[in-house]
Amino acid sequence: MGDFALLSFMIFAPALGALLLLWVRKVTASNATSVEEESRVAFLVGLFVSSATFVLSIIALAYFQPGVEGFQLVEDHSWFGGTLNEAGEVVGGIRYKMGVDGMSILLVLLTTFLTPLCFLASWGSVKHRVTEYVAAFLFLETLMLGVFCSLDLMLFYVFFEAGLIPMFIIIGIWGGAERVYASFKFFLYTLLGSLFMLLAVIAMYLQAGTSDIVELQTVIPQIFSVEDGKFGVQHLLWLAFFASFAVKLPMWPVHTWLPDAHVQAPTAGSVILAGVLLKMGGYGFLRFSLPMFPEASVYFQPMVFAMSVIAIVYASLVAFRQTDMKKLIAYSSVAHMGFVTLGIFSFTEIGIQGAIFQMISHGVISGALFLIVGVIYDRMHTREIKFYGGLVTKMPVYAAIFMLFTMANVGLPGTSGFVGEILTMAGSFQASTWAATGAALGVIFSAVYMLTLYRQTVFGVMTNEKLEGIKDINRTEAIVFAPLIIATIVLGVFPAIIFDITELSVAPIMAAVSGLIG
Amino acid sequence: MNWDEIFAAATPELYLAFAGLVAVVLGAVLRERFATVSIKAGALILLGASALSLFNIEGGVAFNGLWETDRFTNLAKAVCYFCAGVALLIAEPYLVKERLIRYEYALLVIFASLGMGITLSANDLMTLYLGIETLSLSSYVLAAFNRDSQRSSEAGLKYFVLGALASGLILYGASLVYGFSGSTNYDAIAQAEFGIGLVFGLVLLITGLAFKVSAAPLHVWTPDVYEGAPTPVVAFFASAPKLASMVVFATILFEAFGNAIDQWQDVILIIAGASMLIGAFGALRQTNLKRLFAYSSIGNMGYALIALAAGEEIGGPALLVYMVIYALSQLGIFGVLLSMRRRGGMVEDISELSGLSSTMPWLAVCMTALVFSVAGIPPLGGFFGKLVVFQAGVEAGLWPIVIIGVIASVVSLGYYLRIIMIMWGGDKLAPFENMSGTVGITVSAATILAFPVFTVVIGWMMSLAGGSFSLG
Repeated sequence: MGDFALLSFMIFAPALGALLLLWVRKVTASNATSVEEESRVAFLVGLFVSSATFVLSIIALAYFQPGVEGFQLVEDHSWFGGTLNEAGEVVGGIRYKMGVDGMSILLVLLTTFLTPLCFLASWGSVKHRVTEYVAAFLFLETLMLGVFCSLDLMLFYVFFEAGLIPMFIIIGIWGGAERVYASFKFFLYTLLGSLFMLLAVIAMYLQAGTSDIVELQTVIPQIFSVEDGKFGVQHLLWLAFFASFAVKLPMWPVHTWLPDAHVQAPTAGSVILAGVLLKMGGYGFLRFSLPMFPEASVYFQPMVFAMSVIAIVYASLVAFRQTDMKKLIAYSSVAHMGFVTLGIFSFTEIGIQGAIFQMISHGVISGALFLIVGVIYDRMHTREIKFYGGLVTKMPVYAAIFMLFTMANVGLPGTSGFVGEILTMAGSFQASTWAATGAALGVIFSAVYMLTLYRQTVFGVMTNEKLEGIKDINRTEAIVFAPLIIATIVLGVFPAIIFDITELSVAPIMAAVSGLIG
Repeated sequence: MNWDEIFAAATPELYLAFAGLVAVVLGAVLRERFATVSIKAGALILLGASALSLFNIEGGVAFNGLWETDRFTNLAKAVCYFCAGVALLIAEPYLVKERLIRYEYALLVIFASLGMGITLSANDLMTLYLGIETLSLSSYVLAAFNRDSQRSSEAGLKYFVLGALASGLILYGASLVYGFSGSTNYDAIAQAEFGIGLVFGLVLLITGLAFKVSAAPLHVWTPDVYEGAPTPVVAFFASAPKLASMVVFATILFEAFGNAIDQWQDVILIIAGASMLIGAFGALRQTNLKRLFAYSSIGNMGYALIALAAGEEIGGPALLVYMVIYALSQLGIFGVLLSMRRRGGMVEDISELSGLSSTMPWLAVCMTALVFSVAGIPPLGGFFGKLVVFQAGVEAGLWPIVIIGVIASVVSLGYYLRIIMIMWGGDKLAPFENMSGTVGITVSAATILAFPVFTVVIGWMMSLAGGSFSLG
């Protein structure tokens, strides 16, 4: 690869594209083009840029060697702080360091895979201020990729928190009726969590003299070592990180921003929110909490388990009572993220592998489900479950796709949802029978609410005459769903393609915690 | 007198005083004909002073130890003069449109800047007081510059009465310090035995200086003065004098009372905490943008005070970096406020920004970036300011205040986000009148500084501020 900064190029390509787009608009604005023309150009540019980014991430995957331990495609430059060594190079300090391992490259792929689909999905439905819309998504993509590729804690934090700005704008401008409330809640909730993490980051940086993640993973457990299982600084740091990731994931009881944000966000916003942004929480646990604070992670395992099981059961029950389709899927996301935390904190290889798999799989499935809701919302402008019924008669293809993703969300074997759930439950079963039992209960509940949703909207007799004219999915929508369907089934049938990539990145996490559990 | 010494230490101020006096004569002779030229000439003079401070960055001691400059103060001076110069430039279109163009405006800004230079160079309580009075007296007049406006006169009067009280407190504190330490020189005070008398003097000095930087609980004048004074004057107040006063606050505590940090640290922490909370909660209900940014500035002074409380070695560079980023972004924000002009005059209400992103997209982008920067959201410059401040606080072990800072940050986002949301989500209003070139350039430049320049050069700034900090 030489010195070519592939990752940086991939990360900043969408942002450059967004700047290009704003410049194009400035040029075309003087030619008095129509609004339709402007939005077409904007979507084309967005689609092109995000597809190019996807290609770049595929190239990165091609250069990535699953059989090599540690981080690859690393770029490392000093940013600020640090001291000079004899050779005149800056060591330590805060660095611009990028690199990927098996876990992060998959999340990178998930991000670059979903973004073009977002543009396709909003092509017909977003009609005002399209240039800004596309630019906001492109900036968001850059920030999300930065989160997953950063190998410097401070750099990670910058990307992590900066991502709030475009998402805030997306919900706040193109959202539903209560968008302002939802966007404020989203921003403030997440910010409060992140700022505590910032304090922990500063404390770690001051103690270790570096914010290089690779170094911190070895140094931090030694600096903040725990004596005889006593509550110490490591536990406080763990809690600070937990505050941020638990809000982001989100875990019960700090999940309340999510249903509001999802319901108010435009369809593509929901897709990115559920598909990628929530994964940052799980990624954070795996990248920071477990390797850097192993003793504290073990110490807090019962609490996390309890919160996860409550999330799974409670969110499933709440989902069952929802009348708004998006809210139902939002609560279902909370429940499914409960499996992720359960798998991560089982401290078993199978559980952690399952958690990573579940993150990828949920990214695809929940993204697809939000798109499915978006399809009928674009036609009828309501998400009330009661409004619909008997859609199968008018929309057979739609009903089939909906069926597939309903089954995937429930965790039917053969879909990717099954693999993630079974592995995380297998992992947590080794750690706690009770937690696994609770989680299994959640699987049953998920079948209840998803099948009820499906029955009420798709089956039955079409009683609402407003639905008479509804049309089946068009070609653009079919193009959007095709890759999602393929991904769900391929991952469900050949889960090993994920495990081969993640295997070596799970090993160091396991090495950090495995010695601590009896 | 040793002229070499004096020139090494005080060139920018000598030049500024001389140029100011020449301008007075020119103004007296040419009168109205000088008015339009005066602004540009004044800005040129100030930018020249800024360059001189940078050329002379090593500084020195002069006037028998009354005067001492080093890299830290020279850096602060350079930024102060620069901000003052820019604030003068962006004032011109406003002054012309409001028929306030008089040559005294430029003179007052020059003399106020001279006052800042003197306070920054002070190594003696007497020099300090001279500087503070030069700065304050010019500021009072500036606040009341629109003398036909009741609001402006009221602001000037309020500022004068309260400011005079604060100056009195400083003077009284200085006299107590002199009485109990036997000297007014910072170095000599630092040597003196620390007793109860000095504590009284110190507390009075802190009180007076807290007023000057508008820290709580001596902040009450700020919203009224910000609201009443003409907007370009506020642009000036919010940038250069804030930076100067804060750095002076730091120099006097670090150099004269550095050994007594255990005596003043708690006081500063309480002031810092109160400022952050009052700044955050006070602004939530404001609808006037100038009042809102007044509270925002109170809050931001609180963050700077965290760095101050962390002590010289840890907090010094952080304080300077934070204040520089803050002062420059304030110029940008007030540039935006200055461009808020519709037929019939300036508008200041937050609702007037509604739909700005459709009518004037670039202005809205700039304002968004600047507001997020002041709010301290990455990747904008203000985040790095807050980062170094929090880092200083954590390094000094001041956990409670840092956690208050975090909470205040989140609360303050409540009103910062409101501004953003109104600009991007509100209904479209008629666009503002075309902004003049200098204002537009300032706004854009401040935005580019906030992002991405500060993001990239933060390391360089830290090392410059860190390396420039001499231990007294």
